[in-house]
Amino acid sequence: MSTPESTPSVGIVVVSHSRALGNAAVELAREVIGDVDVPIAVAAGLDETTLGTDAAAIATAIATSDRGAGVVVLMDLGSAVLSAELALDLLEDVGADPATRGRTVLSAGPLVEGLVVAAATASTGADRHQVSTDAAAALGPKRSHLGLSWEPTT
Amino acid sequence: MAETVGPAELGRWLRAFADEVTDHADELTRLDSEIGDADHGSNMRRGMNAVVGKLDAAPDAAPAALLKSAGMTLVSTVGGASGPLYGTFFLRMGTSAGDRAEFDGAAFAAALRAGLEGVVTRGKAQLGDKTMVDALTPAVDALDAALADGASLKDALRAAATAAREGADATVPLVARKGRASYLGERSAGHRDPGATSTTLLLEAAAESLG
Repeated sequence: MSTPESTPSVGIVVVSHSRALGNAAVELAREVIGDVDVPIAVAAGLDETTLGTDAAAIATAIATSDRGAGVVVLMDLGSAVLSAELALDLLEDVGADPATRGRTVLSAGPLVEGLVVAAATASTGADRHQVSTDAAAALGPKRSHLGLSWEPTT
Repeated sequence: MAETVGPAELGRWLRAFADEVTDHADELTRLDSEIGDADHGSNMRRGMNAVVGKLDAAPDAAPAALLKSAGMTLVSTVGGASGPLYGTFFLRMGTSAGDRAEFDGAAFAAALRAGLEGVVTRGKAQLGDKTMVDALTPAVDALDAALADGASLKDALRAAATAAREGADATVPLVARKGRASYLGERSAGHRDPGATSTTLLLEAAAESLG
């Protein structure tokens, strides 16, 4: 099963301080979407074991994940967010399609829940705005189950 | 004393900063262990060692290329928030350099200000948030003021370094509003900000190696 060729899937980039965490989160998301062809790239850690984020690596991951429908970026915290923002300025340097920057969305969604929801939404052929919106609301089901409002009130 | 800053001077400055960061790595990490994640010294040392490696490989690069290389190296090797912040600082300095072969004092000050503005844009920190901006802003202001008063570049950079240190000292009582330290809320008060401290080393390295 794959998305129709006429509507390329939104790409997803996972930015984390830990490569192990990034890869494991993708493994979880892949489990959810099965063999649907959604490009998911990991830009996490400085190497296999050194924690950190690398804006140039994120820029490359964004460039390679954009099939024309744009990219949604999920991040963990701290420098992951700063590096992802800086990566948008480095897209030209890594040879990205000039249109990629305008169709890249940095999602406020939580890394794990957001990634799973983003992958699931992208696998249906949804556009990047829907993927990003769904990822940002990814804590809703958990909050609801725990008896909290669907969205934080503050 | 040279009143201009070309590739050789930029190289001296970056090497001096790398030495300062290495000498103070334990202190930076200790400060960061109090209110952050205890990696600022080791992260900056790793990043600046990589920058020195790039300088060794291409010592004669023009200012714009040299500064861009330093920025990109930090972006990819520091790992923590200092990577995109210091990286942006040097990338913006490089953009400010344009195609000039060397900076005069005013152009160097303008490049530092462009770097500061990049840091502010990237980190969204304001003065008083207990960040590197609290050292960098008074330093750049002092540099501009001293040059406007007719000071030599050396003396103006010394004034900038003094202002940076005073700015970093003034972060001690502040409550952090950015970064990992902000998770601590009121408990972040009473500690010197590690980023403002490393920024002081950057300005002290400039005063020592330039002008």
